[in-house]
Order: sequence, then structure tokens, then C-alpha cells
Amino acid sequence: MSPLSLCYIVSACLFILGLKGLSSPRTARLGMFGAEGAMALAVIGTLFHHEIINYTWLAIGLLIGSIVGGTIGLRVPMTAVPQRTAFSHALGALAATLIGVAEFERHGAEAGKVLMTALGFEVVIGGLTFTGSLMAAAKLQELIRGQPITYRGQNYVNMSILGVIVVCLVTLVFSPGNAFLFYTMVGLALIFGLQMVIPIGAADMPVVIALLNSYAGLADASMGFVLMNKIQIITGSLDGTSGFLLSLLMCRAMNRSAMNVLFGAFGKVDPEAMAAAAAAQAKGTVRSIQADETSVLLDGARKVIIVPGYGMAVSQAQHPVAEFANQLGKRGIDVKYAIHPVAGRMPGHMNVLLAEANVPYDKLYEMEQINPYFGEADLVLVIGANDVTNPAARSNRASPLYGMPILEVDRGKAIIVLKRSMNPGFAGVENELYYNPKTMMLFGDAKESMNKLLAAMKTGH
Amino acid sequence: MTSDLEIGLYIFMLAGFLGYHVITRVPPLLHTPLMSATNAISGISLIGSLVIAGADHGTLSTVLGTIAVACSTTNVVGGFLITDRMLRMFKKTPE
Repeated sequence: MSPLSLCYIVSACLFILGLKGLSSPRTARLGMFGAEGAMALAVIGTLFHHEIINYTWLAIGLLIGSIVGGTIGLRVPMTAVPQRTAFSHALGALAATLIGVAEFERHGAEAGKVLMTALGFEVVIGGLTFTGSLMAAAKLQELIRGQPITYRGQNYVNMSILGVIVVCLVTLVFSPGNAFLFYTMVGLALIFGLQMVIPIGAADMPVVIALLNSYAGLADASMGFVLMNKIQIITGSLDGTSGFLLSLLMCRAMNRSAMNVLFGAFGKVDPEAMAAAAAAQAKGTVRSIQADETSVLLDGARKVIIVPGYGMAVSQAQHPVAEFANQLGKRGIDVKYAIHPVAGRMPGHMNVLLAEANVPYDKLYEMEQINPYFGEADLVLVIGANDVTNPAARSNRASPLYGMPILEVDRGKAIIVLKRSMNPGFAGVENELYYNPKTMMLFGDAKESMNKLLAAMKTGH
Repeated sequence: MTSDLEIGLYIFMLAGFLGYHVITRVPPLLHTPLMSATNAISGISLIGSLVIAGADHGTLSTVLGTIAVACSTTNVVGGFLITDRMLRMFKKTPE
């Protein structure tokens, strides 16, 4: 066994321990330091690989990557983490695809069946993940409208593209020298990636990001098979499993199957939902409230639950929210945060934003933990969260949200909803919560509203 | 080749099972750092790209390899930095 193999074995071990460290916030950083060390060990070890004879280009690549990566890693604001994540999936997939092309050009017709199959998987999964992730990043950065873009027969077009890709791949395995087929396949994979993400709305991004994470892992693992690089097979497999598990969790939190997310285009407003919404509207009126009137509601309150959603991220309201909670804490009021698994644009998004605002993590409660507490809450403050609080998910069979696990905000004694306008959420469904007699709407930008609330609370006493 | 493939498939499968058990223990609190961490770790593709960029297999290989090195390095450096930035922020209520 060469010293390099030994390096790789140690690295693989430390990577796994690093992920294990993430099972608790107390051990997470230590685990990651281990993983960083492992990466350094593997990379430095590889620099002594006997096949490397020219260091010029490789040094240039390392330098560019370090500068770009360093800038992104240190500068990206926490609100932009979802798009950074999507972008990094794109980069990882691009690397796998390019290596696949390079290896195809090198081996060409001499590639055996095994190598060709691995190469095929590498460039196909890599290619579709590359364009799909770029599209997701563009939607998250709002370079492209977040609404789903759909047309008639979309699924048939996608299925045909996928069919042609499979035919190309199978043919290539038996006649590996066919460059035309190979590049057709790569091109179609790139198109398929775009097609896959175009119909998906911004609210479904947590699932899509997790799924692309999984694909990026699989592309990586196939690259491991092409180069017969065992450590890469391990990390690719870990990455693939992690992404897949997260996307399953996200799907469960939305009560939808992965198939439904990929082929369903959730954002469409169907007539049935419109009818249900109209019915809801007929049921009651919306009461709005001004920020300075809210301090009355806090008089005598002992328990408050804050429900953050994507609206909080958009207006960067996490800091005033945390300040507000601090002020309540000083008055002896118990404050908890209720985090829905799909709140925000990626798994765990809200937790990171609140942690950034110095909210201690033991105040953040998962859906199952917090739901029993809503009944005791004197006041529930919903900040830019919508569909995940809609009681229709529990009671209204006609609603497209029916069956989705929600935060049971409507059981609170009084509810204030901070919202920009009465526009429905991404599911295109009216929220029955807003027509609840216990609910008061505080319209406006979340950050401004929070600042007004803070000011009102300070002058109120 | 066949035996190599066999070993590779075993590794792939076992790592998948291991990943399943390790990752189900990660609380939703840390799901965002988990994603950037697995992302940084899978930047290990850098080692394959390094060999291809430096082995002088021809201009095309070198160019594609160099771009791949730059991409993977970006993920490794950026991924670990942002993971640590996030993890540093998670604090408990002071006693």
C-alpha cells in the first residue's frame, strides 16, 4: 500500500467523523476541523502523485479556486446561502462533467463497457445537475422569476429527452468510440437539467436543492468509478445519501411525493383552489392592526411564540425579531420560535438566520415539539410565513394543502400576522388563518413592522 | 477491472448505508450547515482533477482538468469557510 492510499483512508475516516460531529451543535465545529484537515491531507498527498509532471496549470486552478471560494465563503450573506449552495452544486457537477469529457477524449474507442457506463453516468448526471443548479441559483437570486414556467406537454418533452439520453448511453456502452453520440448525450443532459427546474416554483426550492445535492453526489461517485478513486466513491455516496434523505424530509413536510414536486409544478392555481379561497373569503373579514396598538396585546402575556418564514429572510428582519424577543425576555415573558421544516428556501434556512441574529438554538423548536405549546401561547407572532400556518391543511379536503403538516398557529389565544399584503402564498391558496377572529394583520415590510413594534413596546411602558 | 468495479460497488453501497445512519442523526437545526459540509467534502473530486490537470495527457485534458480544479477548489474552500461561519453562530442560552 502506498503512502498516498494511507492518506486517503485516514481522510475518508475523518470525513465520516466530521459528518457525525454534525449530530450536535457542540461537536459540529470540531468535526469540521477534522474534515478540513482530512481534505488538506488528501490534496497535499495527491500533489506527490507520480502521474503529475506539470504543476503550472494545476497551481493556476488551485489559485483561482481559492480566491473565488475564499471570497464566496467569507462574503456571502446568510440570506444568500441557498443560492450559494445551488451554485456550488453547479460547480461540483461541472467539474465532474469536464473530467468525464477529458477521460472520454483520452480513452475514446478503447473504453471498456464498465468505464463507458461510469463515464456516461458521470456526464449525464453531472450535466443535468450543472444546468439545473444554475437555474435554481438564478431563481433564488431572483435573476429569473420564481414562478413556475409550464407549457402543455412539458412532461412528454422531458420524458422524450430522457429517453434519447438513455438510448445514447446504451449504444455508447456497446460502441464507445462514437463521439457524436457522446456529445449529443452531454448536450441533451444539459437541456434536461434546465427543463427539470424551469417548472418548479420558488417555494419548492428546499426539495429541489436537496435533490440537486443528491445528484451532485451521484455525479461525484460516478467520477470516482471512472478514475477508480475509492475515497471519491465514499464521499459521492455520502453526499448522494444526504441529499436524498433531506429531499425526502422536505417532501414529507409538504405532504408531497418527490414525483409530484418534479412533475407537478406546484405553483399553478387550479380552479378548485380558487373556489375554496373564495369560500374562505366569504366566511369572514380580515382585521388589520397598527404597530402602536399591539403593545396592549403584550400586557399580561406570559408566553409568546414567534413563527418565522421566508418573508423574514427577504426583508432581513431577523435582527429586530431577535431584539424584540430579548425585550420580551427582559419582562419575564417566555419566547419560543417555531420552525417549520420547509420554512425558507432550503433545509434549516431559518435556524441559520436566527443563529446569525444571536438567538440561542435552544429557543428554536421543531414542528412536532412546538405544536403542543400553541394552545398555551398568549400571543403568536407570524413573520412572513404563510402556507405552513394554513389551518386548511388540517380541515379542508378541497385545499391543495390538505394533509400537509402545519404549525398549529390558529390554536394560539391571539395571533398577529406580519405580511406585506393579502396576496396568497406560493401555493396560490388563501390562508384561512387570516380570517380567524383571533387574528390581526399587521401589513408592511417585516423589518419595518418589527422596528415599529419595538418602538411601540419601548414607549408603551 | 471487474474486481475493481466490484470493490467500488461494495464501497458505494456501504458508504450509502453509513451515510443514512450518520445523517439521520443530524438535527434539522443543522441541515443548512450539513448541506454545505457535504458539499465541501465532495470537493474531494479535486484530487482526481489535480492528476488530470497535471498529467500532460494533451491540451484538452489539461484545460478541462484545470477548470475542474478551479471549480472543486472553490467548493472546498468556500464550503468549509461558510460551514464554519454558520456553526460559529449557533449558541446556547447563557446560564
